Amino acid sequence: MAKITLDNLAHSYLPNPSGEADYALKELNHDWADGEAYALLGSSGCGKSTLLNIISGLLHPSQGRILFDDKDVTQAPTAARNIAQVFQFPVVYDTMTVRDNLAFPLRNRGADPAYIAQRVNQIAAMIGMEDTLNQKARGLTADAKQKISLGRGMVREDVNALLFDEPLTVIDPHMKWELRTQLKALHHQFGHTMIYVTHDQTEALTFADKVVVMYDGRVVQIGTPQELFERPAHTFVGYFIGSPGMNLFDATINGATATIANTPVDLGTGYASAGRLQIGVRPEFIQLSTDGTGIPAQIKRVEDVGRHKIVRLDVNGQKIAAIANEGASIPANANHITFDPKGINVYANDWRVAPAGEAA
Amino acid sequence: MNKTVNQKAWFLVLPVLVLVAFSAVIPLMTVVNYSVQDTFGNNQFFWAGLEWFREMLASERMWNALSRQLAFSVIILAIEIPLGIYIALNMPKKGFWASLCLVLMSLPLLIPWNVVGTIWQIFGRVDIGLLGYTLDKIGVSYNYTQNFYAAWTTLIVMDVWHWTSLVALLAYAGLQSIPDAYYQAAKIDQASRWKVFRYIELPKMTGVLMIAILLRFMDSFMIYTEPFVVTGGGPGNATTFLSIDLVKMAMGQFDLGPAAAFSIMYFLVILLISWAFYTVMTNLDKRDGV
Repeated sequence: MAKITLDNLAHSYLPNPSGEADYALKELNHDWADGEAYALLGSSGCGKSTLLNIISGLLHPSQGRILFDDKDVTQAPTAARNIAQVFQFPVVYDTMTVRDNLAFPLRNRGADPAYIAQRVNQIAAMIGMEDTLNQKARGLTADAKQKISLGRGMVREDVNALLFDEPLTVIDPHMKWELRTQLKALHHQFGHTMIYVTHDQTEALTFADKVVVMYDGRVVQIGTPQELFERPAHTFVGYFIGSPGMNLFDATINGATATIANTPVDLGTGYASAGRLQIGVRPEFIQLSTDGTGIPAQIKRVEDVGRHKIVRLDVNGQKIAAIANEGASIPANANHITFDPKGINVYANDWRVAPAGEAA
Repeated sequence: MNKTVNQKAWFLVLPVLVLVAFSAVIPLMTVVNYSVQDTFGNNQFFWAGLEWFREMLASERMWNALSRQLAFSVIILAIEIPLGIYIALNMPKKGFWASLCLVLMSLPLLIPWNVVGTIWQIFGRVDIGLLGYTLDKIGVSYNYTQNFYAAWTTLIVMDVWHWTSLVALLAYAGLQSIPDAYYQAAKIDQASRWKVFRYIELPKMTGVLMIAILLRFMDSFMIYTEPFVVTGGGPGNATTFLSIDLVKMAMGQFDLGPAAAFSIMYFLVILLISWAFYTVMTNLDKRDGV
């Protein structure tokens, strides 16, 4: 278990990167606190796996340093870093039995056989494979193979960090919940530093204490699920997290009043801002009104997704979503929308602007 | 729905039947025909029953040729398979050098057999061959036309030169199909180089290696052209393999009956071994759940 520090880290797959666009991973400074569970969230190709492979030592960064507990390991090989990693697709040793697969990392490090036997049984119980321990790994289903990979990742107790690279992609949905819950339980039990890469927001939000959102090779926000929801630091976070994502309106701002589609909107607090301004409001904070107050909007469609309804609207030619409670009736003559002031965020050039009075 | 009976459909199968008849059935039956008859020339044949088969099974000459043949196949397999794997493991994975390696290694495979034989026949000659002359000058007694060991060594080295590439290319293809994640996981599990080979690379190569062994075994078991060009079966009978002996018997001595009986047994042996290989391979596939 260790604190992992990224110091001025950046990586490019090109031999001579010139501009910032050449970097798959842009310059980054961050501490991964010891014993926390992090999720690394972002769309495909945003640099999540690159970052993970740099931490595990499968990739050497173009610049910067990595420190485990303040010890520089930038040039250390994977084996010396004592980390465990689980990959997106199951990696099992086909010709070995399930038991030998689980014991493999321990045996290679010369652990005591009695300890290995006891530990393997413990892990097998955790992943629910006690019955198949003596079976050859070949011929098992993708699910089972991935469970073995997970088990092999968790079998060592003294690892500095456990890294997961979208490990549940090939697992059945009901099994996903179960395994994720087990991973969380494991985290509470042993307190490993865990980094979990995913592009599935549900997975990230349910697994992690802190979610690290990446976009275009850059970390755009690190925060608790609640922070990501209430105060997205970047329009990408607003769009990527939430279902549907945050609505963005082009606006001009004057003190505590914004103007959207020629309609003044009260922001509650004053903002000092410049650049391309946008107002971000999550669908949860938009209400429909029939009395003519607010911004003119037309209802296009109502989608009933079970626990709530998603109302699709058209505002000045722009598509907007609002969420209404399952029980609420949608008035047919609703032709305006209003915002809940506590759900309003202001963005300048895609980055959030802190309102006057809030510590940035 | 009622099916209309139309026997004319048989005409559609006819071309295939004719082709197979002329290419396989009729020649094979001719051999069967010869194997059960005796002739004294003038196209006069007499029924001989299983006489030739009995004679061949009792013939020391045939058993000697068979053991030479088996020895040859086993030796070249024992060299070519490990060597091919070793080369494949050390080939570059991608880029310019990988392509260059592939092209260079394919070259021997493209040379006709009798040309390969001629190359080595000249290469090994003591008077003008680069290899033979050099060995002779540095004091190594080497003469494949007179010395048993020199003849065998030449043939084995020639076959290894000619065919190891095939094994290497097949093994290389097997290796290329292994995703990077396996090697990464092995690094994280701190597996040694040997364990990576034993538990990742070898299992993934099993399929192609079985094919390589089968191909090399069949090919070497039927080898004719190369040893015929280099040593002509000599010195004495030292390198007279089954095919060479067969041709000597059929064409040299014109013993058609015994040669035909010999051919049929030769054919059956090959069929038996191929069947054994096929069974093993399909069982491997089943085990893999492919």
